[in-house]
Amino acid sequence: MKCIAEMIEFRTADGIMNVKLKGDIDHHSAKAIRNRIDSELFISSPEEIRLDLSDIDFMDSSGLGLILGRYQAATEMGIDFSLFEPSESVCKILKLSGCEKMINIVRRKQK
Amino acid sequence: MKSKKRIVNSALLTFPALSQNESLSRSFMSVFLMQANPTVEEISDVKCAVSEAVTNSIVHGYRGGDGVIKLRVRLTEDMTLIIDVTDRGCGIEDVVKAQTPQFTTNTDGERSGMGFTVMKAFTDKMSVYSKPGKGTRVRLVKAIGRRDT
Repeated sequence: MKCIAEMIEFRTADGIMNVKLKGDIDHHSAKAIRNRIDSELFISSPEEIRLDLSDIDFMDSSGLGLILGRYQAATEMGIDFSLFEPSESVCKILKLSGCEKMINIVRRKQK
Repeated sequence: MKSKKRIVNSALLTFPALSQNESLSRSFMSVFLMQANPTVEEISDVKCAVSEAVTNSIVHGYRGGDGVIKLRVRLTEDMTLIIDVTDRGCGIEDVVKAQTPQFTTNTDGERSGMGFTVMKAFTDKMSVYSKPGKGTRVRLVKAIGRRDT
């Protein structure tokens, strides 16, 4: 099991905050990830936030709650919000929730 | 008359209702599932459905308090997985309402209310037996390895 420092990586440049998430997003990890993103969002005040899901091995509905909560927080602050490269299994759960209709998702490039 | 399929293997995992055991339940399922020659998608679906059921027991059944969760898995001769997640928590007052998408009783945090929806979508059959004050059993059934379906 990864600790929170290993699960999340921030890179902010030109007003864009890239948040790379790694490992499993479940109820156990979601709260710590949420707190970490929210404090970084408050400190950095970016114009855009990109949540990079390309290294997420597993995500359940706790991850959906995390994404929707960050999307709402960003929207309220006038910050653009996108999801980057979710895996097929993550896409499946995003589609089920209907949130792919309201959130901009940049999909993995076909090799 | 519906014939009962023979069980060819089974396993039981009992663990305290701690959130760090959500990943334990997923690993247990992955290992057990391997004998059925599953696809990557089937592994992912089963892990997700079980994770939802276990999280429900922790968050709603025991409301973050002490308790024990039993994860029982059986495999039938025709490679159908029968999974039971049982807790002795507070139970569910209205099982039908609890299964409504985006319904949640948990106001502390950011629950999406999609747990039962995910369990239903990622398995072939889901059923919930619950008695308020006694506990809940969620049964998930999924056929494995039938590539043509």
